[in-house]
Amino acid sequence: MDVAIVGVGLHPFGRFADRTGIDMGAIAIRRALADAGVAWRDIQFAFAGSYEIDNPDAVVALLGLTGIPFTNAYNGCATAASVLALAADTIRLGEHDLGIAVGMDKHLPGAFSSDPRLYACPSWYGELGHFLTPKFFGMKINKYMHDHGVSAMTLARVAAKNYRNGARNPNAFRRKPLSEEEILGSRMLNHPLTQYMFCSPDEGAAAVVLCRADQAHRYTDKPIYLRASVVRTRRLGAFEVHSPWLPIEETVGPTVDASRAAFEKAGIGPADVDVIQLQDTDAGAEVIHLAENGFCADGDQEALVAAGELEIGGRLPVNTDGGLIANGEPIGASGLRQVHEVVLQLRGQAGDRQVPGAPKVGYTQLYGAPGVAGVSILSV
Amino acid sequence: MARVPVAEGVFTWPADEPRLIGSRCAACGIVTFPTQDSCPRCASTEMAERLLSRRGRLWAWTTQEFPPPSPPYSGPTGAAFVPYGVGYVELPGEVRVETRLTTTEHLEIGIDMELVLVPFRTDDDGNEVVTFAFRPVGGAR
Repeated sequence: MDVAIVGVGLHPFGRFADRTGIDMGAIAIRRALADAGVAWRDIQFAFAGSYEIDNPDAVVALLGLTGIPFTNAYNGCATAASVLALAADTIRLGEHDLGIAVGMDKHLPGAFSSDPRLYACPSWYGELGHFLTPKFFGMKINKYMHDHGVSAMTLARVAAKNYRNGARNPNAFRRKPLSEEEILGSRMLNHPLTQYMFCSPDEGAAAVVLCRADQAHRYTDKPIYLRASVVRTRRLGAFEVHSPWLPIEETVGPTVDASRAAFEKAGIGPADVDVIQLQDTDAGAEVIHLAENGFCADGDQEALVAAGELEIGGRLPVNTDGGLIANGEPIGASGLRQVHEVVLQLRGQAGDRQVPGAPKVGYTQLYGAPGVAGVSILSV
Repeated sequence: MARVPVAEGVFTWPADEPRLIGSRCAACGIVTFPTQDSCPRCASTEMAERLLSRRGRLWAWTTQEFPPPSPPYSGPTGAAFVPYGVGYVELPGEVRVETRLTTTEHLEIGIDMELVLVPFRTDDDGNEVVTFAFRPVGGAR
């Protein structure tokens, strides 16, 4: 059974003092339902993702208590990709015909923090300040730049592109373009990453209505098919966040595993993809993920970025809505924001940031603590 | 003022030449740091304590230029915070350990590093809490 996306909805990302996470989730769901032309009572099942909200299914209090199976999932930074995969698999298995995946979150400002013991790390690891994600991304890109000849200017160019794309996106958190000089000149946080190269935790929600592909034309004349939705976790030897030690033997990270599996399931390759959303926790992560997802060889980013190939009009348009750098990261919603953008792009509804040439295949990738990745491939 | 380790069982203490305390799997040979009771490669529970090499090479590094969120971080904050280096040091044939570095300057992948103990914070009883760190070999840092 194939799966189609027939509705998408987004609550803008940013800071909303008067709104709860549940409120934002309900707004995103209502927009997705309206986009699909269905009512909440038509929805047969739901999956919801959140980090901060214990029971995001409480959103039914605002939408209608219809008694449907409604399951909450939290899976680190791949939460939204995970709820999408669970919802799609429910349809693939023939269990239900029409359902919804929703993500919502409302984080405090500043780097994420937690009790290291909950991640199977010792207490002293947190006491010493090691239990922190930004410095992992600093180490990973610093090593990558050393090994593959990528410059700090490339990082600044990637961040500047994402702020520029965010300025064209009315739903983005940060809509002010920043120059490469401003980005390089902002406060150094974790060498070589400066403040404006990082995304921030924030608030927002996104929802996607899915159905059996053979029923999609009941709801829309532009169904977008979910060709693959894959989640993978780290294997021993991958260079991962929150690792007090690493073995000498090395292997690729979970993004590479998820990407290869997704391309295989979809039966297409990286060269077929027209619009790309990557996890840009920081500008370096976007650079690394471009190669980890098979879109270029290690080190090619330096020339690709300088030539503008990652821009909306380039050969590999990446993070056309501004990515995490311009939208921030409400963990539960982030990956469904990526899917929302790809669906708009494939429908030709992305307005000022529309990728030219009628894109037919889109790609989304999430990655984060504690070493989990999610990849989705969509097509017209 | 007494000196106390940040935690028991992380490094030998007291010792003139401290060693990190890891473990080695009797079944498959993988080395972990710190010790753990089961093997992350083969799931064996035959893990034996192993004192790790004091010298290695810098495998990856960055700087920490803002105070980590407290909790869990318990070190100096505000005006007392001093940026530090952090990285992985590869102990040849054993394991790569994540560690504080004694400097943020002149760090390069591949340079020789050695284990030292450094002051970390002062606890509520006035003891000096010490932790492990690696410093470039031969440097005055």
